Amino acid sequence: MTRFIAPIITLAILVGFFFVGLHKDPSIVPSPLIGKPAPVYELPLLLKPDETLGTEKLLGQVYLLNIWGTWCPGCRVEHGALLEIERQNIVPIYGLNLKDDPRLARQWLAELGDPYVATMVDTEGRVSIDWGIYGAPETFLVDHDGMIVHKLIAPINMQIWHEDFLPLIQQLKAAQP
Amino acid sequence: MIPELGLFALVLTFCLAFIQSFAGLAGAYWRKPEWLALVRPMASGQFVFAALSFGLLTWSFIVNDFSVEYVALNSNTELPFFYRIAAVWAAHEGSLLLWILTLSAWTLGVAWANKDMPIVFRARILGVLGLINCGFMLFVMATSNPFIRLLPAALEGRDLNPLLQDPALVIHPPILYAGYVGLAVAFAFAVGALIEGKVTSNWARWLRPWTLLAWAFLTVGVALGSWWAYYELGWGGWWFWDPVENASFMPWLMATALIHSLAVTEKRGLFKSWTVLLAICGFSLSLLGTFLVRSGVLISVHAFASDPARGLFILIFLGLCIGIALGLYAWRAPAFGSGGGFKVLSRESFLLLNNLMLVVAAGLILIGTLYPLFIDALEMGKISVGPPYFNLVFLIPTLPMVLLLGVGMHSTWKRARWEMLWLRLRTPLSIAVPVALGISFAWGRPSVLTFVGVFAGVWVILSALSEVRQRQKMGRSFFALPRSVLGMLTAHIGLGLFVLGTTVTSVFSIEKDLALRAGDVVELAGYQIKLETLRNTEGPNFDAVEGVVTIRRDGEMVTTLYPQKRVYRVQTSPMTEAGIEAGWTRDLFVALGDDLGNGSWSLRIQFKPLVRFIWLGALVMAFGGLLSMSDPRYRKKRQAEAPAPELAEGTAP
Amino acid sequence: MKKRYQRGIRVALVLAGVGIAVALMLRAFDENILYFYTPRQVVAGEAPDGRRFRLGGLVTLGSIEREPGSLKVSFLVTDNQKTLTVEYEGVLPDLFRDGQGVIAHGAMNDKGVFVADEVLAKHDENYMPPEVAEALKEVHGENES
Repeated sequence: MTRFIAPIITLAILVGFFFVGLHKDPSIVPSPLIGKPAPVYELPLLLKPDETLGTEKLLGQVYLLNIWGTWCPGCRVEHGALLEIERQNIVPIYGLNLKDDPRLARQWLAELGDPYVATMVDTEGRVSIDWGIYGAPETFLVDHDGMIVHKLIAPINMQIWHEDFLPLIQQLKAAQP
Repeated sequence: MIPELGLFALVLTFCLAFIQSFAGLAGAYWRKPEWLALVRPMASGQFVFAALSFGLLTWSFIVNDFSVEYVALNSNTELPFFYRIAAVWAAHEGSLLLWILTLSAWTLGVAWANKDMPIVFRARILGVLGLINCGFMLFVMATSNPFIRLLPAALEGRDLNPLLQDPALVIHPPILYAGYVGLAVAFAFAVGALIEGKVTSNWARWLRPWTLLAWAFLTVGVALGSWWAYYELGWGGWWFWDPVENASFMPWLMATALIHSLAVTEKRGLFKSWTVLLAICGFSLSLLGTFLVRSGVLISVHAFASDPARGLFILIFLGLCIGIALGLYAWRAPAFGSGGGFKVLSRESFLLLNNLMLVVAAGLILIGTLYPLFIDALEMGKISVGPPYFNLVFLIPTLPMVLLLGVGMHSTWKRARWEMLWLRLRTPLSIAVPVALGISFAWGRPSVLTFVGVFAGVWVILSALSEVRQRQKMGRSFFALPRSVLGMLTAHIGLGLFVLGTTVTSVFSIEKDLALRAGDVVELAGYQIKLETLRNTEGPNFDAVEGVVTIRRDGEMVTTLYPQKRVYRVQTSPMTEAGIEAGWTRDLFVALGDDLGNGSWSLRIQFKPLVRFIWLGALVMAFGGLLSMSDPRYRKKRQAEAPAPELAEGTAP
Repeated sequence: MKKRYQRGIRVALVLAGVGIAVALMLRAFDENILYFYTPRQVVAGEAPDGRRFRLGGLVTLGSIEREPGSLKVSFLVTDNQKTLTVEYEGVLPDLFRDGQGVIAHGAMNDKGVFVADEVLAKHDENYMPPEVAEALKEVHGENES
């Protein structure tokens, strides 16, 4: 008799392991920075190299900070979504161009469209370390007080935007008249 | 509009499949002839609408409709037309749609072939197939809809993954899926038999051609995948024991075991519950493969983007499908009985050993594949299991199996005699030893294991050929052999070629990583390989650096190869396109690595003896399967069987 | 009687086969299992001495150095907390580049350098090896506390 029951028991054990395995999927990487103030920095702009922008100047608004580089394939993937988010005109998007050739970066924006209000340049990656960035693309949501509310380590797409970002933004906007 | 129609067609397909399974299973249970009559038309409708849905998605690719997200993510206006069609099944969503279409096609086949099958039994099988397809369609609609709009539309698509822009990869998924999904037919037959509570030799006779067909597809599919890996991503490796490769190989092993076990069930009425179990396990491993590939629980170079929600859905589906089948098995199979006996030395024994070895091999591969998952789930660390493990545990059961196969082919049912076997085998044996020695020493000094491997290959081929000779001796011509026997012999010759190719390639390949400048010459296995120059070139959607490599042997020109390092414009990912000089006895393989500065580039140069035999063997095997499947015996009217079937064709309108 | 005898032989054959297979398998397992470590774990001395293991992390931007004209290459692998030097000789995979996730197979030498005999990068554009991502997650978690 046991030999007829053995297969289904094996299956049950396997399925149990798979279930545990599924939940171990490390697709979400929590950021240590969430709920903390954005790092203080000041960086030159990509398109107007003699002007600078930084944490202080961005205070008082809810905005997205998107980390990108022309070397990063995921950034190309998410570019369409960023343009779409910009078109919806809900929050401004600031770009942080990471360890890149400014010439290529400008060419990129000219070719693919520019979703950013302004793009800061971090050629050496110094500021990125403060932000806990270990790759690109990444997208941060920062509130009026300069606190990091949410962080995405992956190309953004419209589904993530609608499900993860928009509700948070609406909350933030509701809280702050 | 087109994509919406596509989704609508898919919903319709779902409805038809649902009616088909309900009418089939409930109609058979309550014996409602008018319900049973619905089943076959539903199967036809299901296929038509599945094809329509698939066709409409294809259309969106052809016309570059980037308002469909799936199209925008996987195609591009620069993409050549041929690849635009292949892009339909390049990613998760579309490949599932292909899966559904394939299952509908198999369903259609089962519905309209097998004219002598009792209508109730057919309804049950179609009912089970319909349920499986329903599950997959729910999966698509709930988590992986390929028809989702992207509004406003993207101006340009993200392009097809450059790795997949390759002719072999265009046909690899459809063929592999045909095999995977074909095992669903065996699964449905098994569940049907369990519901009815009996396994007959007619049951085995109906199922065998389907299994052979699925197995042939699977063989070609796995071989194509290996061939692709060889020239496209493997830098000359042809099998990596990657989880995704294992996921396609384990069902193949099971299907192989099933074919052999079905032979015993058909001819001798034995191994009934075992055959049913194999039929369930074969498809279960297909589902398991789908789960592993698409849920991201294991790390693989081939994996689709991982998504836990999808993983959970497949896991539940897999648990239900296999759980119900195995539950039925635990409940019903004990009643199948075991039929007549056989001697230790008999064809039955050899086939039993074959089954055992194949299942043990599949089991050991399964353990190795899942071991990292177990360890991770138990929080015991992160590990990976290396290829040497797989090589070893695969060889332990299969090498003796191949050696025994040469004998088993000649043994008779019930009881075989040593004297008879010896009479038939002494000639092939006496030829095989010197031939194997000759081949073993052709490329250098072999080890004992190398000799055994080469011998096993040669031995199987010669043993199969000797069967033909025996028949001729008895005055029968080669073509008068039943096609199923011819097919069996052909497939075994294919296996021999495969074993030969694998052994020689694994042992005698030479591989060199070199830094070369234009003008440098290297010597490899008697060939002079010269990097003449490097130049820039471009294709329709990529830019490339191309090496011009000439190959001479004793000063005589053999060929010129053009290995490339490509950068695809849209995804900006680099790709190595190897230059391969293929031949019967050896491949020469040149791949371009990186720019090392100072004008030198890294190159990987390989000499691979008999590597073509690996895929040639697989093709011959598949051909043997098809030959066997075409045996007229499978299309004959039902043969008289001891217990009369209570519901013949005539009882239903 | 005869049947039982036959059955006995079959059972014995099966058991012997399974037994040998299990024994060999365990041995093969022992030799072929590679544990995964991050640079932080290696620096903390958690990785075994002299045994091969897999090192995972990200290639530090701008750290790839080639010895001109040869296949020798060295680069830094980091988990954003500790960094290790990796040396490798051979052809690197297509998707190997700085800033990307990488897994290297090899062992530590006595100079504290990881000598790799195999380097893997994944054929996925948005890839970060899950193990690496998880390792990084742990590091971040500790930073926070």
